[in-house]
Amino acid sequence: MTKSKPVGVLALQGGYAAHESSLRRLGLDVILVRYAADLDTIGGLVFPGGESTTHLKIISREGLRGPLDRFARSGAPILTTCAGTILAARTVSDPEQDSFGWLDIDVSRNAWGRQVHSFEAFADGTDIPLTFIRAPRITRVGPDVSTLLTFEGEPIMVQQGAITAATFHPELGSDIRIHQQLFGGDIDA
Amino acid sequence: MDKSTYKAKVGLAEMLKGGVIMDVMNVEEARIAEDAGATAVMALERIPALIRRDGGVARASDPEMIQAIQKAVSIPVMAKVRIGHFVEARILEAMEVDFIDESEVLTPADEDFHIDKWGYKVPFVCGCTNLGEALRRIGEGAAMLRTKGEAGTGNIVEAVRHLRTLRDSIRRLGTLGREQLMTEAKHLGAPFDEVLYVAEHGRLRVPNFAAGGIATPADAALCMALGAQAVFVGSGIFMSNEPLKRAKAVVQATTYWEDAKKLVEISTGIGEPMKGIEMEKLSEDQRLSKRGW
Repeated sequence: MTKSKPVGVLALQGGYAAHESSLRRLGLDVILVRYAADLDTIGGLVFPGGESTTHLKIISREGLRGPLDRFARSGAPILTTCAGTILAARTVSDPEQDSFGWLDIDVSRNAWGRQVHSFEAFADGTDIPLTFIRAPRITRVGPDVSTLLTFEGEPIMVQQGAITAATFHPELGSDIRIHQQLFGGDIDA
Repeated sequence: MDKSTYKAKVGLAEMLKGGVIMDVMNVEEARIAEDAGATAVMALERIPALIRRDGGVARASDPEMIQAIQKAVSIPVMAKVRIGHFVEARILEAMEVDFIDESEVLTPADEDFHIDKWGYKVPFVCGCTNLGEALRRIGEGAAMLRTKGEAGTGNIVEAVRHLRTLRDSIRRLGTLGREQLMTEAKHLGAPFDEVLYVAEHGRLRVPNFAAGGIATPADAALCMALGAQAVFVGSGIFMSNEPLKRAKAVVQATTYWEDAKKLVEISTGIGEPMKGIEMEKLSEDQRLSKRGW
């Protein structure tokens, strides 16, 4: 990413405030993205969690679909979490819904169950803390997609090109290593 | 794997930020809400304006109606229990409702005690009118707060009062010396740990949303401008003459609350709002925000 440009956090609804605070703790400049023009000013983007149906509706009503699509194909680093990952997937089920298809993965919505089944854990073989909230599951990973993290053997963070998609919430809590790896900044800033 | 941790509960509240939670009374309304872009629905048999009109004891909703709504939409489904009614809460937990609202809108079941919310797998949201009340609810385990406002009136004045009171009190705590905080905790009737947290962080430990009296997109934007992190709309949508249009407009206004030009567009052509009630017309015992302590 261009070092001088701030990181954008899509702030239509959802977990934008927590991402903003994780990025600021790395000493990075942050812009909350609500308009197409905001995308011209940023060097990377976080597509946060929240409700994917709400996001889809606001994106289409505000004419943000084309601009977001262009940004995603520009090669700038993008992190999608939870609902963001649902929107970035090729195919979405339970129920079926529209998505951008930036990553060659299939995703099943709320596949861990309702809120009572939300949980915390650690990624397999690591000390990376995970928080899953009514989280989706990645049910298929295409050949050009690499799996970065797994939980009980199933993919929970994957990458294709400059786009990294997580089904958990790296922004909830004090661990900012994932944000640092993708967007730079200083862990001790 | 640790299920239903406090972090996972507050995490769901975080994911609801910047959104609109809508009261719905049946499957059809729930679908309209989801279609409009609601982040969650609150399933209840009678919206607050109808509870006011009809009177009688207002209780937790019929499980069958809540389950039908759970089947009909993919967004989180919340439901209300009476203040202190820990068995209604157990029933909603067994139904895997996503959030329980221990609500003054229903007739209180206990005049002294709220529910001990730590013992549940489902997160709770509670109403508050001031900082002491907010911190007591957090002390009892609430994962989200909302202003009480004055539900079912279509009048924003009480929600504004509660948001301002909360914001001023939070700011004030930040100005006090550490040696003043225990006395402050005593005056607030609030747990000392929570008082310390607010003094140190300048905010509550959990998100705070606005509720009670939101009837227009401008009302929602006003609440966001006063520091609410999302809004609940109860009677305001389905007591209006164009619920879908109004619901969509409130969703847009909650995201674009800072953009007055956009609010013009958002507020145009959405029909008539609910009529509303002036506070002076309500006697003390008709004020739902006085319930709970």
